Amino acid sequence: MAVYEHLYGAYEGKSQSEWSRFLVIPRYALREVFKSKLFTTIFILCFIYPLVAAILVYLHHNANALALLQINVRELLPIDASFFQTFVEMQCAFGFILTVLVAPPLISRDLSNNALPLYLCRPLSRAEYVLGKMAVIVFLLSLVTWVPGLLIFLFQASLAGVAWTWANLWMTWAIFFGCMAWIILMSLLSLAVSSLVKWRVVASGALLGLMFVPSAFGAIVNELFLTRLGHLISLWATMKSIWSGLFGLFVRQTGAVRGRVTTPIYDNELVDIVMLEPPLWVSWLAIALICAVCIWLLSRKVRAYEVIK
Amino acid sequence: MTGVIELEQLSVTFGKRPILKSLDGVLNGRAIGLLGPNGAGKTTLIHTLLGFHPPTSGTARIFGQDITTDAKQVRATVGYMPESDSFIAKMSCVHFVRLMAELSGIPANHALERAHEALFYVGLGEARYRPVDSYSLGMKQLAKLAQAIVHGPKLIILDEPTNGLDPPTRSRMISLIRQIRDGGRARILLSSHLLRDVEECCDEILVLKDGHIAANCNLEEERKANRKFIELETRGGDRSGFVNAIGGLGCEYALSGERRIKLIMQETIEISDLYRIALDHDVQIRRLNFKRDSLEDIFLKAMENGNTTNGAEMSASNGNAQANGGTGDGGL
Repeated sequence: MAVYEHLYGAYEGKSQSEWSRFLVIPRYALREVFKSKLFTTIFILCFIYPLVAAILVYLHHNANALALLQINVRELLPIDASFFQTFVEMQCAFGFILTVLVAPPLISRDLSNNALPLYLCRPLSRAEYVLGKMAVIVFLLSLVTWVPGLLIFLFQASLAGVAWTWANLWMTWAIFFGCMAWIILMSLLSLAVSSLVKWRVVASGALLGLMFVPSAFGAIVNELFLTRLGHLISLWATMKSIWSGLFGLFVRQTGAVRGRVTTPIYDNELVDIVMLEPPLWVSWLAIALICAVCIWLLSRKVRAYEVIK
Repeated sequence: MTGVIELEQLSVTFGKRPILKSLDGVLNGRAIGLLGPNGAGKTTLIHTLLGFHPPTSGTARIFGQDITTDAKQVRATVGYMPESDSFIAKMSCVHFVRLMAELSGIPANHALERAHEALFYVGLGEARYRPVDSYSLGMKQLAKLAQAIVHGPKLIILDEPTNGLDPPTRSRMISLIRQIRDGGRARILLSSHLLRDVEECCDEILVLKDGHIAANCNLEEERKANRKFIELETRGGDRSGFVNAIGGLGCEYALSGERRIKLIMQETIEISDLYRIALDHDVQIRRLNFKRDSLEDIFLKAMENGNTTNGAEMSASNGNAQANGGTGDGGL
């Protein structure tokens, strides 16, 4: 089939390997994503905190720089599990902003333009289509979360020496899996929302709502009932528990109330309540359940044609 | 011999509603027309062949590959042009077609080349850098055709390709389909409501009605048989001599009433021969009606017969005339 010949002809060249075909989807989507100036700006801003963290690591190991800035090393944040957990939390928060910007049109645009039959009539399964769309979010969020996290760990390891590295090597696992848990949750949640809502703005609003409304509701539950179980419906609080667990900083008891209390539930009653965070396994289970529901929703909505039974 | 499409007791049910009911048969044409009234199951059959709906029972094979167990291989050999508006928003047509080529397994650099070629081939070369959502309906149809052929499939499934097209664009689409068919590198499955489109493009038809095969007919063989049914209305002269002379030419005939004669013309006989014989026997030919199997006749007959068994329909399909209802006035 040559332009000048204007004839139909079969393709007789080499084909791409089957397993890698789904990667075509993120390649095209990322090209589209970086056309947006707003996104590119926010994406660049996501690297400010890693830069600050890298400078902190550098200052810890550079006596000349500390002397020049007249800072005592004790005044700096210690480079430990807490430092890296804060790093993960900060970067995952930025990751959420990127998800809100990128994810809503990923599936909804294909649904509203009836493009799914075009994808699925090719040697591409529904699972591969979803994987391709997920890869867009996984790639972008990886670039701002665990990749800089591990680079900073490597930087610290190179400056602190072998002893520190061996003693803290487990943190690489915590950084990687902590970020990946968040990335997978965000990508599945955002794609499920994208498959349910055809309008980008509404989908973005729904994502923000899913993040903040249950958190607010959970906080209200916690205040009213003097408990911490409300954290279970808050995505952010649940993930914070998981991150604390991975970095070995999880504490179950985060509060206690003893004495007379007046809330809409307790009317000047004498209470002695120990407020315990939900166990770690419950937090993992909650996240796993949310992911399972999202996968179920995607399996229902990502179809070439919807069958009305 | 492996058929292009083999249906083997293929049934599809949505909920409790059966849509396709035990379809059986082998389709071998270069261009196969899929006909049937609304709700007959044409689109469901196409979607099932593409693996969008799982068969409830039975199966089908495309070029010998099972649609359920070898779904990916089947889809690699098929190009599909959907009926409804389908495109990827905010993407130029050349990138859209390139993306589709890459998803079919063509490496990126070749895919771009193929996309340009496919768009020139369908006549969108000059507009290939415009976003598809800015295209007119006709251009969108051509873009859909381009994405269906970009990877050079062995079977091209076209679902209502001429829907909503103005006459020049329709004729361009038909000529493209015929060109692909005549090239012989790809088989075509064309679903359409428009009998004219199917008649112009296809050499085999499959008529569906209520989820059953109502007819499966090789139009090419029909045309080759070239049987001409003619009805004459005569007045005066030596009528018996006239019919004997016609019989002498090898035509089968039957008398109907005092004035009407039905006959099957042989290939070697021209209408002028009839007039000459009529003149010889002083017979006036007052009316001459052609009655030959058109696609419309076959379709209407299939619709009248309705839910006949597949086996009977399939045996009636091998080039034998199934109906001769429509008439074309030969005029006198």
